[in-house]
Amino acid sequence: MDSYIALGYGDLALASLLVLANAGLSLALDLGIHRRLLIAAVRMVVQLSLMGVALTALFSHVSPLWTALAALVMVGFAGNEVASRQERRLTGLWAYGLGTGCMMLAATLVTVFALTTALRPQPWYDPRYAVPLLGMILGNTMTGISLGLHTLTSGLITRRAAVEARLMLGETRREAMGPVIRQALRSALMPIINSMSATGVVALPGMMTGQILGGVTPVEAVKYQILILFLIAGGTGLGAVSAVLSGAWRLSDSRHRLRLDRLTSGKA
Amino acid sequence: MLEVVALRRAALQPASFSLAAGECLAVRGPSGAGKSLLLRAIADLDPNEGQVSLDGQARDSMTAPQWRRLVGYLPAEPGWWADSIGEHFSNWTTVSPMLDALGLPAAACAWPVSRASTGERLRLALVRALSVGPRVLLLDEPTAALDAVSVAAVEALIAAKVVQGMAVLWVTHDTAQAKRVASRCLVVEAGQLRQEGPEWTAISL
Repeated sequence: MDSYIALGYGDLALASLLVLANAGLSLALDLGIHRRLLIAAVRMVVQLSLMGVALTALFSHVSPLWTALAALVMVGFAGNEVASRQERRLTGLWAYGLGTGCMMLAATLVTVFALTTALRPQPWYDPRYAVPLLGMILGNTMTGISLGLHTLTSGLITRRAAVEARLMLGETRREAMGPVIRQALRSALMPIINSMSATGVVALPGMMTGQILGGVTPVEAVKYQILILFLIAGGTGLGAVSAVLSGAWRLSDSRHRLRLDRLTSGKA
Repeated sequence: MLEVVALRRAALQPASFSLAAGECLAVRGPSGAGKSLLLRAIADLDPNEGQVSLDGQARDSMTAPQWRRLVGYLPAEPGWWADSIGEHFSNWTTVSPMLDALGLPAAACAWPVSRASTGERLRLALVRALSVGPRVLLLDEPTAALDAVSVAAVEALIAAKVVQGMAVLWVTHDTAQAKRVASRCLVVEAGQLRQEGPEWTAISL
């Protein structure tokens, strides 16, 4: 890694001029987003700096407890994000619990699978591998789950009469909600399908380019990227299927009724 | 045949009544009084409490899909889940006598749902509900959007089924229609159900 170029804070300050230029554009064109743009940029810098400090601390004490704690905090934030992206949430603890639970299940399973089979760091919970891996899987699973749940709830709301028409003819909730469930799963998996198709042609993924910048040979970096995309696809599929199916189960009951009363009303 | 005892749900006071085989009962009352809520509760489409039974068999003793095949419900705005009309029927040829009776063309099978008018869709949904072969049919203003000829055709088709022993609960705003199709009348007002005796019927209809 002799060719690695370390960045100074001056270099970052120089690059941040681009964001300031964006804010200037917003002012000049009256877009009204300069405040949000600057706040988002500041948040990004603060959050990433804290992450840098936290990771340094984590890496210096390779402890299963601290790794698990970091994973829990990350899953918690992701669950919050899933809930806040829903226009109509499930009532009560379900709003937060369903997305978080499914994400925890999917991301943990896939991360542990990769750590114990493909990567095998010593020990397997080494945070230098576990935390970045979990982060990448979690970020994509989060998108899939929130898209799936959003499509499910909005589909059941707009197609309520159609679903109930089938229930009234004596079909089960599984049959009646089938088309909406399938549509929700398709939209949850579309981003990963699109990203796999475009990767390498249009987009060079951040992790792979990061490794190349860090001095890893392109062929090795590409192998890592392929592994990561497989893991992301697995995590997204598992997370979306469990979230959409449990969401559909929660929005119906054992008497095969559609229970839209278990959604909060209006914008949350 | 259909026994409803202390049926209650949100926005509906406990309701009790019975419906005999081959009987048609009109349900009347102002808009928003809870007539549709009553029908939905009987069809078990919304959470509800109380005892409902058919021929002495309790609703809770069978699955909801089994119940809804015996007790059909036609809402005021029926839903459609597939692209073409025909996909909503398990067997198009067996329903053709009913389609004929209601003045619907056999070619409607291949129509996209959007091509059928509101009145045609109401009649198609009635045929769809009847095609399951329910013992009891809950009708929510099935003729609201129909012309006089179609209204007469729907009333005649239902009357023929009633003669064969089907029991019907028919929500209508039309007093003359209630008098034509029903032998008794239930009135829902502000979520409360009351039965009108024969002497009441004579005065109010």
